[in-house]
Amino acid sequence: MNHIALKMLMGDRGKYLGIIMGLTFASLIMTQQPAIFVGILSRTSSFILDVGYPDIWVMDEKVQFVDDVKPLQDTELYRVRGVAGVQWAMPLYKGMLKARLSNGTFQTCNVIGLDDATLIGGPPMMLTGKLEDLRRSDGVIVDIDGATGKLAKPALEKDGKPIPLKIGDTLELNDKRAIVVGIAKTTKTFQSQPVIYTTYSRAVGFAPRERKLLTFVIVKAKAGENLHALTKRIKETTGLAAYTQEEFIELTVTYFLKNTGIPINFGISVLLGFLVGAAIAGQTFYNFTLENLRQFAVLKAMGASNGTLLRMILLQAVLVGSVGYGMGVGLTALFGYSMRNTILAFKFPWQLLVFSGVGVTLICMFAALLSIIKVIRLEPAIVFKG
Amino acid sequence: MATDIAVDCKNLTKVYDTGGDKVVALGGIDLQIRLGELMMLVGPSGCGKTTLISVIAGILNQDAGTCEIFGQNLLTMQHREKLKFRAANIGFVFQAYNLLPSLTAAENVSIPLILNGIKRKEAEKRGAEILEKVGLGSRTRSLPSQLSGGQQQRVAIARALVHNPKLIVCDEPTSALDHETGHHVMQLLKEVALHKDRALVIVTHDARIFGFADRIAKMDDGRIDSVVDAK
Repeated sequence: MNHIALKMLMGDRGKYLGIIMGLTFASLIMTQQPAIFVGILSRTSSFILDVGYPDIWVMDEKVQFVDDVKPLQDTELYRVRGVAGVQWAMPLYKGMLKARLSNGTFQTCNVIGLDDATLIGGPPMMLTGKLEDLRRSDGVIVDIDGATGKLAKPALEKDGKPIPLKIGDTLELNDKRAIVVGIAKTTKTFQSQPVIYTTYSRAVGFAPRERKLLTFVIVKAKAGENLHALTKRIKETTGLAAYTQEEFIELTVTYFLKNTGIPINFGISVLLGFLVGAAIAGQTFYNFTLENLRQFAVLKAMGASNGTLLRMILLQAVLVGSVGYGMGVGLTALFGYSMRNTILAFKFPWQLLVFSGVGVTLICMFAALLSIIKVIRLEPAIVFKG
Repeated sequence: MATDIAVDCKNLTKVYDTGGDKVVALGGIDLQIRLGELMMLVGPSGCGKTTLISVIAGILNQDAGTCEIFGQNLLTMQHREKLKFRAANIGFVFQAYNLLPSLTAAENVSIPLILNGIKRKEAEKRGAEILEKVGLGSRTRSLPSQLSGGQQQRVAIARALVHNPKLIVCDEPTSALDHETGHHVMQLLKEVALHKDRALVIVTHDARIFGFADRIAKMDDGRIDSVVDAK
């Protein structure tokens, strides 16, 4: 009877497409909005992942998230280096500084200062130039999005395209000259500001004079060292906060979840999408069953059991659910792909596929349940009514 | 002879409760239908014809009395057993044809075979064969919407016959058809459907087809007024 169930479903193309569209919409909203949400959240901690190397991040104990800069005294670096189990510990500067562009405007940039000797914590991928070029006088490396976007030079002609920064171009950071020695690819940050890498000593030179300028101490543990034990030891010895990379990401993400309106805004979008999708798909599927009640009654009169009819309805629900889910997820993937070179935050992990899959399944089960109850209660004797 | 009896109804009673009012649809019906016989149930609207045919077809339970179909009391059967019995032994022809609109003629005809456990391809093959018998061999792949009313009723007859049931119940099979088409449909039913191992029960108030009946049971107010030999 599967064949008959499928032909009954697809026989009325308009209704069939209506159900599919409802489920596609629900699936699209249940994946697209959370994918943007996950994208935004992942950007909050993208800097931590870009730095990559260190096992442990040490900072002031009051720091709430990665951009919450509460500088340390330079001497803290040596205290951390003295903790047992630390293979190496390097300074890292992170601060927001204003860059003066060639047209006289200012742009706030995220300046990262790397240990002068090792340059540990540099950008994950160099596009032009080399990381070692930072050792050249006044050298800075600019991220590609900044170089082609907010830091680009004005177009020579009116309505022309801005001219991207290239190696050899100069910037002014806090009235100090900086020369571009490389262009790097970095993961976009939450604030989407240009990222400028330089050496630690040059970065603190660019920064306004303050008593304390060391933002983080990044630590590599000795081989075989238990990271949680080491973080605990660093905390006890220095009185500073120490987190593994995962803990620091969790701290940052949790801060944004608890202290911004992002989760509730996206949560409402997803909930509305689910409800609208459920209403459209559920109503259309239920109406489809109602309109086919006579056909189900004919099958019942001819000897089809409730079990057979139940399987037919479930098959119909599974089919429309699968097609709608596939199309919704496909559209979300297409959306993400088409937006890959824009500022839009978008991340589509497998967990979202499961989430939307469960959502669409619930909608289909709900719609099928309503239909099944109607069909099971159906009196086959209605076939003799004109 | 007892073995010649296809349907044996004794003191059949059915009362509908319509919001407090009791409507007696069957008020103690006694009726026997023989094998090889075409029995027509006639009478005015609301006289209980449809209720009686529903009980005979095993899709409605009576309140009292017995109705044995080929010696089997459907009322005492388990639900699943009754479904199997109906699928194997009863064919239906409806006033509004009740063909599934998205299925082709052959697929519609194959449904009773599929319900009896025959594989789809084999069922459709046998469906096409029986469509040939009712003169629709060239329309096996047509959808109901592509067929005339008479052709749709012939498909419905093929569907009622395809699994070789012992009892065929027809509800107003000609009322939606013009006189000539109705006449053809009745001729077809008589020629193709009726034989010595099968009984036909037709509910109708189309007097133009009374001549096809072997016997006619006249109903009124939930009772059978008379059963007359039409020959």
